[in-house]
Amino acid sequence: MPEGIKDKVAIIGMGCTQFGELWDKSAEDLIAEAFEEALKDAGIGKKDIQAAWQGNQLTEVNVGHSALPTSTSLKLPFIPVTRVENLCASGTEAFRGACYAVASGACDIALAIGVEKVKDLGFGGLPRANEDLRVLGTRGRVIFPNWINPNPGLFAMMAIRYFERYGLSIEEGKNTLAKISVKSHHNGSLNPKAHLRREITIEDVVKAPVIAWPLGLLDCCGVSDGAAAAIVVRADKAKNFRSDPVYVKSIQIAADSGESLSYPNYDYTHVETTYRAALRAYEEAGIKNPRKEVNMMEVHDCFSITELVTYEDLLISLRGKAKEDIDSGFFTLDGEIPCQPDGGLKCFGHPIGASGLRMLYELYKQLQGKAEKRQIKNPVIGLTHNLGGQPLSSVCSICIVGL
Amino acid sequence: MTEIGITSYGVYLPRYRMNRKTIFGAMGWLTPGALPGEKAVANHDEDSLTMAVASGLDCLKGNDHKKIEGLYFATTSSPYLEGESASIIATALDLPSNLRTADFANSLKAGTGALLSAYDAVKAGGLKNILVCASDCRLGKPGSSLEMVFGDGAAALLLGCDGVIAILEGSYSISYDFPDYRRGGFDKFVRGMEDRFIREEGYAKFIFETISGLFRKYKLEAKDFAKVAYPCLNLRDHGAIGKKLGFQTNQIQPPLLNMIGESGVASPLILLVAMFEGANPGDKILLASYGNGAEALCFTLTPEIKKMRDKRGIKHYLDSKKELTSYEKYLVFRDLLPVETGFGEDIAPTQLPLTWRERKAILALYGSKCRRCGTPLYPPQKICVNPDCGAVNEMEDYRLSDKKGTLFSYTLDQASFSFNPPLIYGIIDFEGGGRFIFEFTDCEPDSIKVGIPVEMSFRRKYYDKLRGIHGYFWKAMPLRS
Repeated sequence: MPEGIKDKVAIIGMGCTQFGELWDKSAEDLIAEAFEEALKDAGIGKKDIQAAWQGNQLTEVNVGHSALPTSTSLKLPFIPVTRVENLCASGTEAFRGACYAVASGACDIALAIGVEKVKDLGFGGLPRANEDLRVLGTRGRVIFPNWINPNPGLFAMMAIRYFERYGLSIEEGKNTLAKISVKSHHNGSLNPKAHLRREITIEDVVKAPVIAWPLGLLDCCGVSDGAAAAIVVRADKAKNFRSDPVYVKSIQIAADSGESLSYPNYDYTHVETTYRAALRAYEEAGIKNPRKEVNMMEVHDCFSITELVTYEDLLISLRGKAKEDIDSGFFTLDGEIPCQPDGGLKCFGHPIGASGLRMLYELYKQLQGKAEKRQIKNPVIGLTHNLGGQPLSSVCSICIVGL
Repeated sequence: MTEIGITSYGVYLPRYRMNRKTIFGAMGWLTPGALPGEKAVANHDEDSLTMAVASGLDCLKGNDHKKIEGLYFATTSSPYLEGESASIIATALDLPSNLRTADFANSLKAGTGALLSAYDAVKAGGLKNILVCASDCRLGKPGSSLEMVFGDGAAALLLGCDGVIAILEGSYSISYDFPDYRRGGFDKFVRGMEDRFIREEGYAKFIFETISGLFRKYKLEAKDFAKVAYPCLNLRDHGAIGKKLGFQTNQIQPPLLNMIGESGVASPLILLVAMFEGANPGDKILLASYGNGAEALCFTLTPEIKKMRDKRGIKHYLDSKKELTSYEKYLVFRDLLPVETGFGEDIAPTQLPLTWRERKAILALYGSKCRRCGTPLYPPQKICVNPDCGAVNEMEDYRLSDKKGTLFSYTLDQASFSFNPPLIYGIIDFEGGGRFIFEFTDCEPDSIKVGIPVEMSFRRKYYDKLRGIHGYFWKAMPLRS
């Protein structure tokens, strides 16, 4: 194992816009808003930024290709700005670029910013990769089913397999998943920046219209506009900027080798990229017992079933035992490891390129004791997790931060 | 002299049947003339080409695809006016590229025309085995009697001289420019002249003339035949034509009008297969087609016919059905009623160099199989997916379309657009290895469970109306019982 980046980089400023159906805001507005908050939080000037990374997935929707949307929106003074895209991991991927640049000594202060204007599509849900974005080309259209992409059905199939493998009836399974959504809605109701801010009941979830059997509407996350930004510096200089910087312990990415789609060893009751990225992330961060050492998590709950298997893939719950932890309230705001304290993708919303940075924003505020009604008691280590794509073909990013 | 004739046969009927009362219930206010029985209706993802592939697969079962030297496709309802269907069908059937292909079109007798041309080619010694597929999916205007009568289906016959089951002994053709049906390049629907004119001046006279002509030519008469089959538009006419030719009722093959409907070019070949199924070695059977004249063909069955008994056959397809109870759904299946497809209307351009380059993977469902560890992989790739192998460029071609599989997981997707919602798809584990995700067709949501056995079916996956491109691929379906 290489030395890694533990404690080499620190976050000194963060910003995050309101997420939601922001009909009156453009990508440019959102980039500027998140950046201004981060800059103010860091107490530095725009000219102090030496390099920037922009995370965005649906480039075709309002934002536009390249990193120019960020450099021109912010009028950055001819510094290097790079656009990265890695599905739903794009935000964390931008953060990784900024951290690696600082850790390498290539620059002292770097910006990571993520943005998405998905609601400009003009229809609900996410676009189809083939027809609306034309990214997969004909090969995707001619051989894959006619699904929207990324797709509830591909996560629904994981629920079918999970229930089958661990002997849960559809009713038991749906009830267990419902508790995940109920918990996130509670947290989201406490968060003024969240897209969806209302409490729901298990009955609401179970009786919601079916989207892709067995998943219903309230098993699915919100689709939102928004932006989030982070400013990072060398860890040894962090205290020059503020007394309470947050240190980066690990950033790992795992991209599927193709096995999950094509090699029949894959059981479809977990996500292999999450498991692989988690092993490396814990090693980089020096975490031996994640269930004891991680104090809070923001995981990629694009669908309720994704959050459930992520508990197991992150080695927090034992295989097949996530239900016990869900039932005991292990992941609620006052539980042992609060998960989605800000409402998660489910309620804070999911502007794809911004989501990874939004998760970091919450952990950053929690570690600084500034999370108001959602404040977790004395957290030291937090973990973010993004899953781009779907279980058969995914990119996972995991980031661990702490004091 | 070597005997030449039919060496194998196959049929295909779509799973959906529509009771003609359903049509009458929807359109009877306009045309108060109901017919009895039901008709076979192609699913939304089927057309004459896909049904031809299904009948061809049925016909070729147990035969070496690589020995086929010709493929003739007969239809009046080709997906393309320019662009050969036979070569698409040949690719889907995994026939060798050293192949003579031709489309026979525009007349209802194109099926027997293709059959006779294949016979002549084999007899002349040029080609040894020719597959003839006949298929139709014709459209009558809503409210028309043609809409009531037309049904969809396909049949395939293999012509050759090894293992002949039915020797083609002779034929008699007549040709007239008879103004019964017309469909121009921009017409969706078949235009029929007056019904009685077509029945009395067309069917009754031409079928009589061609069969009488064959009798005279070969000095045969009705009693020499165990069975006779010919198409028609109406059961009363059908019986009368046979009687006039001297046939007894028990010699006349029922035209299946009330079970399939009039299936156009496919009709005579489907009836020929029906006759095969009930016939014995030594029987003489007589087949006539109709269309711009008519053609009569006579066959003598050989003992080889007994080897065909394990085929799925017409009875299987007649019994394996699902009633289509919604006339509106039928209109949508045939693209006659525009419906809200949400954002599904816009189709990105098809990258044609890609479909050309990957035609075997797309149309014949070829994957690759690692020569080192034996892992099959779809779509075909350079590097083995087995993490303990990883062999590079050690792949051989591996066809999955003929493999059965097991359903590993599935979903019923209400969010993605389908012409027959919910969109059902799942992951298939193929017997002998290989895994991929496929859309399902010809099934009901409640029949889909983890672990069910499935088979593959060639279907139209999308139709890009703007650019006139039909995209074909394979879908999974529960074993058709």
